Amino acid sequence: MTITLPAAAAAVPTVEVDAAVTTSGLEKRFRGGQLAVAGIDLAVPHGSVFGFLGPNGSGKTTTIRMLLGLIAPTSGSHTLLGRPMPGAAAEVLPLVGALVEGPAFHPYLSGRDNLARVDAADRRADPRTAAARIDGALDRVGLAAAARKRYRAYSLGMRQRLGIAAALLQPRELLVLDEPTNGLDPQGTREVRTLIQGLADEGVTVLLSSHLLSEVEQVCTHVGVMHAGRLVAQGTMDELRGTQSARVRIETTDPAAAVRALGLPDPHVDGRHVSAVLGDREPEKVLAALVHAGVPVRQFTVAAAGLEDVFVALTGEGFDVSG
Amino acid sequence: MSAVETLPARPAPVSTRFLRSELGMVFRRRRNQVLLLVLAAIPVIIAVAIKVTTPTGTEADGGPPFLFSITGNGIFVALTSLTVVLPLFLPLAIAVVAGESVAGEASLGTLRYLLVVPVSRTRLLAVKYAGALVYCLVAALLVAAVGTVLGALLFPVGPVTLLSGSTVPYSTGLVRLLLVALYVAAMMAGLAAIGLFVSTLTESPIAAMATTAVLAVTSQVLDSVPQLDWLGPFLFSHYWLNFGDLLRDPVATEGPIRGLLVTAAYVLVFGSLAWSRMTTKDVSS
Repeated sequence: MTITLPAAAAAVPTVEVDAAVTTSGLEKRFRGGQLAVAGIDLAVPHGSVFGFLGPNGSGKTTTIRMLLGLIAPTSGSHTLLGRPMPGAAAEVLPLVGALVEGPAFHPYLSGRDNLARVDAADRRADPRTAAARIDGALDRVGLAAAARKRYRAYSLGMRQRLGIAAALLQPRELLVLDEPTNGLDPQGTREVRTLIQGLADEGVTVLLSSHLLSEVEQVCTHVGVMHAGRLVAQGTMDELRGTQSARVRIETTDPAAAVRALGLPDPHVDGRHVSAVLGDREPEKVLAALVHAGVPVRQFTVAAAGLEDVFVALTGEGFDVSG
Repeated sequence: MSAVETLPARPAPVSTRFLRSELGMVFRRRRNQVLLLVLAAIPVIIAVAIKVTTPTGTEADGGPPFLFSITGNGIFVALTSLTVVLPLFLPLAIAVVAGESVAGEASLGTLRYLLVVPVSRTRLLAVKYAGALVYCLVAALLVAAVGTVLGALLFPVGPVTLLSGSTVPYSTGLVRLLLVALYVAAMMAGLAAIGLFVSTLTESPIAAMATTAVLAVTSQVLDSVPQLDWLGPFLFSHYWLNFGDLLRDPVATEGPIRGLLVTAAYVLVFGSLAWSRMTTKDVSS
């Protein structure tokens, strides 16, 4: 199923004067000539939880690496917390906690010693409060019990938690979390979501990259969608959902008759369920038409467009790996 | 903006925390400890071998310099050992530590997390190099110390006959030995700078270590080819054995000073190369 969407509807304008992250024509072309990020204009508002969505390989991590000054953009510029990067890195980065492309620590050190190592590298960190801050961060991600275990013995989920703990060693204004729930079990995913919500409630801006739509849908206030190196849409969740009309979903014992009577384009049949985009039709009239045609309707629901519908509409494809 | 208030307005002007952490990483690492152990084993092997077999003959018969002086004075265990570890064992250990420095963090991915802390790239490089320098110093002093102690235990000690033929008290001999060990450590600083640069080029620590070790051996091989005599003065290994001049009375300073100057040039050149590479490279590991 494909939905064509007028370009104007896809590009939700976001005017943020006081944004935590802004980029202007940010572009990265790797030495091989591959264009990883094609000049994006990102705007992450202060205090938002910004879902940075896109399939694997769509340029999310490359963008994040540029934001943090790890790699230099081919062209374009960006700011963090209102200051130009990479010039202001020394003043800005202490206020930014980051998890980039998975956690990375020394395998032979314990979780605690690894955090101590990160803290020791921070010239602004007060050594007198190091122990308390490290314990606090470990506690916050639920790793206190495993603090003295070697990192190499950690499960993927524990490693992920330690990565988040490292980002929380200092009070932050901005958290950049690249796929923070990778490798976490459902319980861990919920915990991280709660953690992010808690931080957001404290006023921390969170840039959360993910390829999991449901994850973003539940916690984010804003969304930016990357596809093949381009930022194809960004805005609030409602703005983005608004670009897609609601869907009608019917359960019936006679799907074929329902499809005929529905009168909506591109109906989708899945067993006893028939669904289609409502468009500008009124749901009451659709139901009346079905009943009038003698279609046995067991259930009739109208659902607002999910992020997945928006995504499919924007990229014209499922949520797979971009080439 | 609460986060701003809880952070110190300015970073500490000088903080040794990161350096101390780095030294902990270098010296707590099992592999680096084993390398030190191997180095410390050299004087033990030499001392025990000499004690058991008491060689006869003179230096003209072969074997490392000072070997035949050991039975007369235990201090020569330390000097013989330094001579023995200089061509291979010591450069190998330094190549491992220096090659590991940046590439090791890159391969683990910890490099990106250090950079976002943030640690400036220049500071990171300085701390990494300092860690390697301390390792050079510890390695050279360890060989000298183990040699001195074992020499004193197994052989007679007393006034030392220097290369120039004159004899100085044992204490003066120890001071000369310390100078020799410091000179050897300083010579390794050049190799460490090369290793640091190589380490910024790759994400594979093993490749960086191997390359650095191969360069150390290559330099010595080239130095031993008579047809390449003109090249010798430019090779960093050319001056390693100049420490013999520190064992003359009075000390012949010309050779060691030339060695230090050439090493300083290597440190400057490869330090700059490492810096220019480090400060411009994309950290994408």
